[in-house]
Amino acid sequence: MIIAVASGKGGTGKTTVAVNLARSLDRPVHLLDCDVEEPNANLFLHGASERTEEVTLPVPVVDTAKCDGCNECGRFCQYHAIASFGSQALVFPELCHGCGGCMLVCPHGAITETPRRIGVVEMARSGEVTALTGRLDVGVALAPPLIRALTRRIVPETTTILDAPPGTSCSVVTTVRSADAVVLVTEPTPFGLHDLTLAVDTVRALGVPFGVVVNRVGVGDGRVHAYCAAERIPVLLDISDDRRIAEVYSSGRMMVEALPEYRALFGELWHAVEKLAAKKKGSREAVR
Amino acid sequence: MKIACTTTGNDLQAPLDPRFGRAQKLIIFDTDTNAFSVIDNAGGVSAAQGAGIQAAEAVVRAGAVALISGHIGPKAFRALRASNVKMYTTDAPTVAEALARYKAGSLVEAKSADVNGHW
Repeated sequence: MIIAVASGKGGTGKTTVAVNLARSLDRPVHLLDCDVEEPNANLFLHGASERTEEVTLPVPVVDTAKCDGCNECGRFCQYHAIASFGSQALVFPELCHGCGGCMLVCPHGAITETPRRIGVVEMARSGEVTALTGRLDVGVALAPPLIRALTRRIVPETTTILDAPPGTSCSVVTTVRSADAVVLVTEPTPFGLHDLTLAVDTVRALGVPFGVVVNRVGVGDGRVHAYCAAERIPVLLDISDDRRIAEVYSSGRMMVEALPEYRALFGELWHAVEKLAAKKKGSREAVR
Repeated sequence: MKIACTTTGNDLQAPLDPRFGRAQKLIIFDTDTNAFSVIDNAGGVSAAQGAGIQAAEAVVRAGAVALISGHIGPKAFRALRASNVKMYTTDAPTVAEALARYKAGSLVEAKSADVNGHW
């Protein structure tokens, strides 16, 4: 089963929910930190690093002996990563998404590919949790290919939790579309509600079952709960605005370890998530 | 001979747009006839990335042999140099003033990009 923890708004507690959920399971679980621009899950897991693998993208190289400047490649590339300006084709590797299309459309066989490093996948272990962290190199603006390098490492039949990036852009879609169910973490504030509605639209478009965790209940107002009730969205868990949770967090610890009374809540959350994921499996089988 | 200038307006008295890739429009001025045409660059204004490359393509397609703008980024510079388009940067307030300086020979040809991408 694959569960994604996502949110519209940043800073609502995705990583908090993801790591506490993983730790509360007490059985082997893989946690993939897909927030590759600022991964932080292993700061709480304190996993010992076991391996680091480079992630590369194939980018084009033009053979100047074969290129006649016809610009078939430039017309194909949506990202302007390769173009001919009445000259031989120029490559702008930092814009290339690595699709390989230019190589396919080139009528002269003038294009080959070379790997360009975009980041790394780090593997660490912490108790029953295997943490895979995607880390984009500084200055690289291509999160989805690195996230796909992470999701390709999902082991079938292994319980997997994906810690998604914030927002609703390509990187979130890339993460969430692999999941059997999505947990949307929000806070009961106007910003939290606004961005939750965007996240709900995104997840609905992807057709993945989802529910909401409301973090810091006690601040703000009741509009997030009212919205979920009106939209028939299950609220899977309320986490109260407890100062001790913030203290535990700020010292790099997890609430299921430092505040045992919260452990049962995450157990309940897991059961609720399993029910959601079963819905997707059911609908998949119906399609078959 | 055609000269491309970046602008926010539709005629020679309009301001010179200091940006190249994300300039609102390009004026293509023909020094032989003193006539000009306007190219809309809305695609570049809203592009997430690659705006300079798109605008460079428009300049080349229009047949311009020189470009005058406020600044040139690194990708646009590479693309225009590959097409043998001469580049000039200036603080001239209007397109007309930029062209006047060009004709007077007081503009210095850019030998490298003078700003980073997304400045």
